Amino acid sequence: MRFRPVGADALLVEVGGVEEASALYRMARDLGVPATDIVLGARTVLFDGVGDVPALESEVRGWSPAPDGVRPAAEQPVEVPTVYDGPDLDAVARAWDTTTRDVVAIHTGHELRVAFCGFAPGFPYCTGLPAGLRVPRLDTPRTRVAPGSVGLADEYTGVYPAASPGGWRLIGRTELVLWDPGRTPPATLAPGTLVRFVEVAR
Amino acid sequence: MSRTLTVLDPGPCTTVQDRGRPGWAHLGVPRSGALDAAAATLANRLVGNHEGAAVLETTLGGVSVRAGAAMTVAVTGAEAPVLVAGRERAFGEPLSLRAGDLLTVGPARWGVRSYLAVAGGVAVPEVLGSRSTDTLSGTGPGVLRAGDVLPVGEPAGAPAALDVAAVRRPAAPLCLRVHVGPRQDWFADEAPDTLLSSTYTVSEQSNRVGLRLRGPRLAPAEHRLSPDRGTVELPSEGMVLGAVQVPASGEPVVFLNDHPTTGGYPVLAVVSAADLGGCAQLRPGDRVRFAPR
Repeated sequence: MRFRPVGADALLVEVGGVEEASALYRMARDLGVPATDIVLGARTVLFDGVGDVPALESEVRGWSPAPDGVRPAAEQPVEVPTVYDGPDLDAVARAWDTTTRDVVAIHTGHELRVAFCGFAPGFPYCTGLPAGLRVPRLDTPRTRVAPGSVGLADEYTGVYPAASPGGWRLIGRTELVLWDPGRTPPATLAPGTLVRFVEVAR
Repeated sequence: MSRTLTVLDPGPCTTVQDRGRPGWAHLGVPRSGALDAAAATLANRLVGNHEGAAVLETTLGGVSVRAGAAMTVAVTGAEAPVLVAGRERAFGEPLSLRAGDLLTVGPARWGVRSYLAVAGGVAVPEVLGSRSTDTLSGTGPGVLRAGDVLPVGEPAGAPAALDVAAVRRPAAPLCLRVHVGPRQDWFADEAPDTLLSSTYTVSEQSNRVGLRLRGPRLAPAEHRLSPDRGTVELPSEGMVLGAVQVPASGEPVVFLNDHPTTGGYPVLAVVSAADLGGCAQLRPGDRVRFAPR
């Protein structure tokens, strides 16, 4: 773990990978660390609004979250029922040098982890596809992407919680509601959540 | 008669703001809230509200509203003409409106954002514990439009007894105190000195998301240059209010209240919370410099 103070009242803790960052994040949430915001990043956990940064640093130094690759035994993934009929499915198949059926098989065949949320409220950046299956963003983003669209960009799978412009390669869509600020909790796929995409008929 | 404010002319960008919704950054929800928090607090005190009541935040051009009932209001922040039923009234003081009165906050004489507080507070529904408009994600009420009718709460206390509130015009160039870091190792060795010894100019691209600055570029460290001389991005990480983020252009952006919660461009320094209110009042062309904290 590497500790980087951020301004006067925040601390960025850097670790080796997504699983380690998720484990540290879960621990911070479970222990109720005194911080206004605890934000999971791809390799980091940010503690913001911390009264005593040095005290938090010594506390976190004492933790031993599970190393990368170790998952809690009883953890069950949230299933995302998905119709794989996205307009970029062919392009992704070409990028992966395979067929569209294989793209669906690969995408439904791995448990993914929400590495962090960003871009829009409740928008999950899910990682866990085999290394090398990166997908470039569209050169020109679409002006409107429908809510529930499932897309790929770089190493990530994302799901659009609401309509917005977007440059992710769209492979499918889900009717799962990802974001409802009137609900507790408001996000379906919160940071650290284990996710599995499941194919359903259109 | 109803306790409402009806928007006749919303001005260029008027929003509802309170102290925002910190605590939701992990889900991608910006904190939002009044950019010049001290001015919003003062406006609330003048009308007898608690400090976290929702107010209107204008942008350069003011706002016109009609009172649906008798109510007390006050305008603070960027100094602007205040007209009630066509007559100029005092800025920075509690003012009594009668039912049907037209209140106009005119264009700012200096600064950018004026705050209009009303006794009882603007009572639009809360979203995730706040009434603030978040211009980045669209959380909370929309930017005001002509014809909007804003509910107003019941007054909580008596208006302040003071006559005139002190109006503080920010210094020029504004000095922003910073803590260097957390990602100075992603920059060339001289980048912190460049930041701390240069004067930057506020760009017209600035908004509630960030204060965009023009001036000397903050060069990336050699190890961040990819073979095609583009810069390698960081794996996305959490961002704080006041972060001095440096995108590929090399010109810094100071993150304000509607900033994205995560980002892949490195942060060279973080502006002290005490100096962020001044950022709210900087106009395009105004100059800023940075000093170590």
